[in-house]
Amino acid sequence: MASKSVARYLTVNGQQVALDPEGYLVDLSDWSHAVAQALAVDEGLLLTDEHWEVIEVLRNFYQRFESAPPMRPLVKFVGQQLGADKGRSIYLMTLFPGSPAKRAARLAGLPKPANCL
Amino acid sequence: MGAVSMNESFDLNQAADTQVLVILRHGPQGGSLLREGLDAALVAAAFGRNVSLVFMGEGVMALCRGQDVDALGQKATAATLEMLQMYDITDVRVEAAAMTSMGLSEDDLILPVLPLPAKALATVIAAAPLVLTF
Repeated sequence: MASKSVARYLTVNGQQVALDPEGYLVDLSDWSHAVAQALAVDEGLLLTDEHWEVIEVLRNFYQRFESAPPMRPLVKFVGQQLGADKGRSIYLMTLFPGSPAKRAARLAGLPKPANCL
Repeated sequence: MGAVSMNESFDLNQAADTQVLVILRHGPQGGSLLREGLDAALVAAAFGRNVSLVFMGEGVMALCRGQDVDALGQKATAATLEMLQMYDITDVRVEAAAMTSMGLSEDDLILPVLPLPAKALATVIAAAPLVLTF
């Protein structure tokens, strides 16, 4: 669940966007492409088309199931939406190194996935 | 929380592929046990367990179509039920007598289920190495 406490602010197009201690948006409705871009720059990630399509898939997942997916369902859903060659954890690890489910959820403006390793 | 019963000697460390059976006996209204049971099922599946669900008694009401966000503005459990397939939880059994007593047919339910008579359910439950009851 997204924490409501504000740890810091990110400035996007002159707007102050509140982030929780783990870097997730405090107000999920703050999300926009510009915010995602700023979040990525903030953590040193360059967003390519491949990143954006995964971010879009994550937002679809959240809209449909009202929950942010941990790795296993994320891999399955990406596979269904973008094709089996992309529905693999190694692919998502390459795009979002570290913890792909948490990182991609953060950039997609979702709450932190529950039950995530 | 629900009760945990372990059949025979159960070693969690050797259970990576073993089945977890979650029994759901409460509907979406009137308490949080349905949500807690589904959360337990999702956690087990997220950690790679093979999860099966059994809806018994009032629990079958969770599967009825057309239930949206409730009056308290809580998240509906229907979205969670639809998400189960993404966790590869597709083995969903239902107590047939409970469906009959509530006047429900399979067409009224949001998930494909396998209705089972009480005797067959007892066999399923006895065969599961780990049973969580909510």
